[in-house]
Amino acid sequence: MLQSVPSETGYDIPPRKTRYAVGHAKGTTPGRKMALKEQRESWIEEMAMIRDHASREAFAALYAHFAPRVKGFLMRSGAADSLAEDTAQEVMVTVWTKAKMFDPSRASVATWIFTIARNRMIDAIRKQNRPEPEDLGWGPEAEPDQEDVTALEQETRRLSKALSELPEKQRVLVERAYFGDATHSEIAAETGLPLGTIKSRIRLALERLRRSMG
Amino acid sequence: MTNTVTHHLTDDILRDYAAGTLPEAFSVVVATHLSMCDECRAALAAHEALGGALLDEGDSVPMSAGGFAACLDRLDKTPAPVATQIRLQPGALPAPLRDYVGGDLDAVAWRNVGGGIRQAMLQTGGKASVRLLSIPGGKAVPDHGHHGREVTLVLKGAYRDEHHRIGPGDVEVAGEDLHHQPIAEAGEDCICLAATDAPLRFRSWLPRLAQRWMGI
Repeated sequence: MLQSVPSETGYDIPPRKTRYAVGHAKGTTPGRKMALKEQRESWIEEMAMIRDHASREAFAALYAHFAPRVKGFLMRSGAADSLAEDTAQEVMVTVWTKAKMFDPSRASVATWIFTIARNRMIDAIRKQNRPEPEDLGWGPEAEPDQEDVTALEQETRRLSKALSELPEKQRVLVERAYFGDATHSEIAAETGLPLGTIKSRIRLALERLRRSMG
Repeated sequence: MTNTVTHHLTDDILRDYAAGTLPEAFSVVVATHLSMCDECRAALAAHEALGGALLDEGDSVPMSAGGFAACLDRLDKTPAPVATQIRLQPGALPAPLRDYVGGDLDAVAWRNVGGGIRQAMLQTGGKASVRLLSIPGGKAVPDHGHHGREVTLVLKGAYRDEHHRIGPGDVEVAGEDLHHQPIAEAGEDCICLAATDAPLRFRSWLPRLAQRWMGI
C-alpha cells in the first residue's frame, strides 16, 4: 500500500504514508479497487518539490508511477515499444522542465501529465499539429487558492470512483474514446460521470481569474 | 466576448479534442472557440480530468531498465524553458487562428469564389479541411447538406438559418441530418471559420459544378 520506487531509479525513496486515510462508511465492505483509489496519491507535494527544490527524489517517484502509464497510453494509441519508451521519457522531461506551469487549482497532476502525453502523442504518432487555445495567463505568479486546490482534489477522487463503478461495457467504451482506437460515432458522451461538477469548479476559478486580470 | 456566446461546442467534440483524436482541421476551430468561451474551456478541463483519471488507472507498460538514467541524462541536457508569458497584441483573430493564417485578419489570403463570397483554405494535416469564409451581409450561402461533420464558428458579423442566429463566438455543429440555408445578416460581412470532414453536398447542379473548381 505504500509507495515504493524501483531500485533502478537509483534513489532510495522511503515509503511514505499517503495523504488520504482509508475511510469508508461503517458496515460496508468496499471492493479492493475502491479502497485503493481512496488512498491514491495526488502527487502535488512531489510537483512542489520539483518546482521549488529541483528534487530528483520527487521526480523519481513521479517517474515510477507515471512513466509506465504514459507508455501504456502511447502504445494503446498505436506507438511501437521503442517509440512509446522514447516519447514517455520526453513527457517526463517536460514534466520536469514545465513544473512551474503546473497549477493544482486547475488540474490534477495526472490530468496535467495526461495533457502533456496527449500533445506528444499527436505530434509523434499522429504527425499533426496541436492548436491550443489562447493562454489565459495562468502561471506561477498567481498563487492558487488552497480552497480551489482541495475542491478539485475532491472532485477528482469522485470522478475516479464513478469511473470504477461504471458497468464494464461502458467503461471500455470510455477508455476506447480516450485511447484513440474508436471513432466518435461509436461513443456517446460520457454519461453517468460527474464531469459537470468539475466543470463548475473550473468555471468558478476562471471567473476569479478574469476578475483579477480586470 | 465570452458573455455573448450562446451556441457552444458539443460534448463529443470536446471529448475528442481532449483525447487528442479530433482531426487537426476541427481542432483549429475548437481552439479558436475556446479562446473566446470560458464555458467550453471549463467543459474541456472536465473532459481532460477524465483523461487524467483513465491514465492514472490505465494499463502500464514497464519502462526499459535504463529508462530512468536516460531520462535524467536528458534533464541535464535540456535547458530550462524561457518563461513565455508574452502578452499577445489583441487582434481580430484569436491566437491559435493567427498561427494558421500567419497574421491577423488583414493577412488572410482571400480568394473570390463567386457571388461576393470569399474563402481561404488553411493548411492542416489529415483528410478534414478548414477554411475561412467571408459572406457579404444579406447574401446566402448555397443551400447545402452534409456528408459528415461540419463545425462553423462565427468570428465577425452573424448569420441566420431556419433554426438559429449564429453570432460572434458562436459555434454551430452540423451532422448528416442538417440541411440549411444560412444567410449573412444585413450589414458587415460575416466572417466564419468552418471545418468539414467531407465535401459539402449542394442541392442544385450549379453549385455542384462550381464545387469541382472551387475546391469546397
